[in-house]
Amino acid sequence: MTLMSYREAARGAIRDAMQADSRVFLMGEDVGHYGGCYAVSKGLLEEFGPQRIRDTPLSESGFTGAGIGAAMGGMRPIVEIMTCNFSLLALDQIMNNAATIRHMSGGQFHVPLVIRLATGGGRQLGAQHSHSLEGWYAHIPGIRVLAPATVEDAAGMIAPSLADPDPVLIFENALLYNDTAEIEWPVAADIDHAAIRRHGTDISLITYGGSLGKSLAAAEQMAAEGISAEVLDLRVLRPLDDDAIMATIAKTRRCIIVDEGWRSGSISAEIMARVIEQGFWHLDAPLARLCSAEVPIPYAQHLEMAALPSVDGIIAAARTVLGR
Amino acid sequence: MTSPAPKVRLDRQHCRELLHQMIRIRRFEEKCAELYTQEKIRGFLHLYIGEEAVAVGVMQALLPDDAIVATYREHGHALVRGVSAGRILAEMYGKQEGCSRGRGGSMHLFDAATRFYGGNAIVGGGLPVATGLALADAMLSRARVTACFFGEGAVAEGEFHESMNLAALWQLPVLFVCENNLYAMGTALDLSESQTDISAKAASYNIASEAVDGMNVVNVEAAARKAASAIRETGKPYFLECRTYRFRAHSMFDPQLYRDKAEVEEWTEKGPIRRFTQWALEAGELHEADLQDIEAIVAQEVAEAVAFAEAGTWEPVADLMRHVGAERQP
Repeated sequence: MTLMSYREAARGAIRDAMQADSRVFLMGEDVGHYGGCYAVSKGLLEEFGPQRIRDTPLSESGFTGAGIGAAMGGMRPIVEIMTCNFSLLALDQIMNNAATIRHMSGGQFHVPLVIRLATGGGRQLGAQHSHSLEGWYAHIPGIRVLAPATVEDAAGMIAPSLADPDPVLIFENALLYNDTAEIEWPVAADIDHAAIRRHGTDISLITYGGSLGKSLAAAEQMAAEGISAEVLDLRVLRPLDDDAIMATIAKTRRCIIVDEGWRSGSISAEIMARVIEQGFWHLDAPLARLCSAEVPIPYAQHLEMAALPSVDGIIAAARTVLGR
Repeated sequence: MTSPAPKVRLDRQHCRELLHQMIRIRRFEEKCAELYTQEKIRGFLHLYIGEEAVAVGVMQALLPDDAIVATYREHGHALVRGVSAGRILAEMYGKQEGCSRGRGGSMHLFDAATRFYGGNAIVGGGLPVATGLALADAMLSRARVTACFFGEGAVAEGEFHESMNLAALWQLPVLFVCENNLYAMGTALDLSESQTDISAKAASYNIASEAVDGMNVVNVEAAARKAASAIRETGKPYFLECRTYRFRAHSMFDPQLYRDKAEVEEWTEKGPIRRFTQWALEAGELHEADLQDIEAIVAQEVAEAVAFAEAGTWEPVADLMRHVGAERQP
């Protein structure tokens, strides 16, 4: 077992992948000389050189598209987009090319590209650096959307993403980079399934990414009140693991979805719709959800905290669903 | 594999080949227009009539291992690259025998066998992809060229500038070919660009750059051969602005309110097929019999393509969800 941070776990997995396969390379803004905006790639430039740890100009569309082309040309690029807010500048390439070329070409071409993006709020960075767009990306057919919420997943999702013949977007919640855990190395993880992070019987908290920690904390506090909450970490936002969602619903018969995205048209809305479609008869209470307030994330700390899902909010919602 | 010579060798055989290829495109496109009015082809249809010299000239400089990224006006490029007329037409019919299995249509022709990477209908969207294909070649030390075609309308897009910068900065083997037909749909170049000298824009990124008469197939071929040789030798990008003109409407829905008939007439006079034919006949490289011969061969090919597309089949609706992602093992 090794104690490491989420950041070190991601770095270690990238390093392993680059050592194992000379086609793998990392490119993005400040991944090299700066060491990565969140220091994920720190030290890799010295180890692998500037061809494979490739600093890019501030050209999100250009270098994401270059990643698509390089992937089709036989390489296995990891493109780092500094935050998912900036990925909107590359949305044309992600949606109109990466997600679409396999289909438009009748299956002749495919894009084995991995894009890593920081996501999430809570750091007083204001409205252009704090949004959670992973649920939004999960709308797009042709890509896989991952939300590693644990140190193990930060490492373990890299290799299977590189092995995927199609584009994979990995959203790393920036508040998690300093999280630490004792883990076995190398980490083997799948990129298909949700995972139960805490077993319970009274209510299911369905969540992902930066909200997993809050959900676990809420479950812990509720246990003291005699409420047994199960916590399901979705891990994969597209394709959703319907079986795991329906299994936990069937077990607890009550459910709250905790989602850092905005409520309207969100991944939480999609999950609720699927529960209604597939698990309606299991339910003993109306579904509930905690999302970010529908406001661009404000700078002031108290307002930002009020805009994001909170432990107290989860507990209050759980009490309501349970009628306590 | 030997590289194409850096210079054009205009013997009788080659003259005939150039003319044949241009006439293939012209007659194929005319047939497409006809089939569109018959509603055999639906959606958007963008014809290459008038611009044939660009695709035909540039393709002479490419090898089978090279890659092509093109736009939504790409029938001609696909034809000259070696995608069969039948498979292209079947694609426009939406048949599964089409070169993209009917999933793409006129604007999204793809062909892995000839490294034809589409068929991109987002203006400027192909440039970063071409840059990336060339990046893979550079990183894998493969002496290949990626030819990237785009219109002058793409020059206003950020993706154009990002790609110029990346290709120059990283020294990537891309042949950028700007097909400057003077109109981005219906907006004239001088209504959309502060600097209308497009080759100057590429030059500002330290890319070797030149403008060429895109109505003259020999000029285009000569410039493309020189450019491709330079790219193979140095690994650096090269930019060709081919000044050309679209004789037909932008698409089949365009009443052409933005240009007058006299201008179209004037350009038609210097049409690439007309001009080259005249020159080749006068120079004695080709004879009337050659023209009749070419027309007969092309007519036959187009007729066979129509028959192939007509005989094509519809992909079963049960297959709708295929080709979205890899078909994964259980």
